[in-house]
Amino acid sequence: MLEAEGLACRRGGRLVFEAVSFALEPGDALLLLGPNGSGKTSLLRLLAGLARPAAGIVRWQGRDIRAERAEHALRLHLVGFADGLKSLLAVVENLALQAALLGEPEARVEAALEAFDLADRAGDPVRALSSGQRRRLALARLLAVPRPLWLLDEPGVALDRANRIRLEAAIERHRAAGGLAVVASHGDVALRDPFVLELGERAPC
Amino acid sequence: MLRAALALLRRDLLLARRRAGESLLVVAFLALATTLFPLGVGASPDLLGRIGAGVVWVLALLAVLLGLERLFQPDLEDGSLEQLLLSPAPLELLVLARCLAHWLATGLLVTLASPLLGLLLALPGEALLALPLVLLLGTPTLTLVGAIGAALLVGSGRGAMLAALLVLPLEIPVLIFGLAATEALAAGLDATGTLLLLGALLLAALAFAPLAIAAALRLALE
Repeated sequence: MLEAEGLACRRGGRLVFEAVSFALEPGDALLLLGPNGSGKTSLLRLLAGLARPAAGIVRWQGRDIRAERAEHALRLHLVGFADGLKSLLAVVENLALQAALLGEPEARVEAALEAFDLADRAGDPVRALSSGQRRRLALARLLAVPRPLWLLDEPGVALDRANRIRLEAAIERHRAAGGLAVVASHGDVALRDPFVLELGERAPC
Repeated sequence: MLRAALALLRRDLLLARRRAGESLLVVAFLALATTLFPLGVGASPDLLGRIGAGVVWVLALLAVLLGLERLFQPDLEDGSLEQLLLSPAPLELLVLARCLAHWLATGLLVTLASPLLGLLLALPGEALLALPLVLLLGTPTLTLVGAIGAALLVGSGRGAMLAALLVLPLEIPVLIFGLAATEALAAGLDATGTLLLLGALLLAALAFAPLAIAAALRLALE
């Protein structure tokens, strides 16, 4: 379903990784491991179609994602470090407007907030949230708008144990329903038998 | 498609309302800058009457340029720009919505405040009426063209000053025709030609600026 073939990424003239290939089917999860700067975030951006790979191709059901950007945008969630939350807007406003921007104005906002234990903070402005709560609000988007491909960049950062378990449960439910997940992590998020891709520091040339 | 753009517009307007202070600061800046002119060049109504309309137009341009930094930079920093790119709606439509929201919070305010500014400069009544009319036609073009510069420099760390320098030459036609139309209307002359030209500039900007802005933003995030 999601295939990467011979992907290479170049940032600022430096080759970050090359010859990355994998194929994921519905229900699969891919865990990206590697030290800082090994290209985990870059790979997620390539899979989202935000950046052009220096070499190689990403396919969804056999078709190049760069050739159908609008369709690909409808398939995926990318949750990264920058959460895109507006600190002046209330929790529920942020999520509802993000969902509308994702083309889903009838999103299950309340249920998503409930699932990440944010229902009682719905009316508070985001600037009053802790970083863990902000993280949960960013992740709530995953549940508010159903999309088959989840691209998660260090989703466990700033989460306490209870909420990490909530996140892991959400990912497993998503996979059980036929979804795909690609998760970059330093190992704080446990996935049930994922494929593992180790992006290594390359020897200096 | 359209719904996503409307959602963005709604969010931007909501944010603008929560930060109404910033928009009021723009008006305060304009009023203050206007009062500097009688102090600087002398308060003779004859002289002020001659330069007044030009002063208001230049200040309107400056107000638009000053606001450019807020157009895309905050979104780049908090990650919402990435989300705009990942929205299924065409980016061109989304940036148009963003420009509209930005214009409502700056250009429209300047337009509404312009009779007051004209009054401070002892402009005659006809000019006080002509100013907002022509600014209404001119300021959206200023915002759209300015947004191209803002998009080109987003993330480069060079900020609004360089963007202003970059787009200033492109804004000058609007300034020239806008001022010509204002003065013709104030003098009771026929300004149809210049007004049509201003309209044509606006239509051209509406058609081409979103394409340029979207391309620049895609490049910035590549």
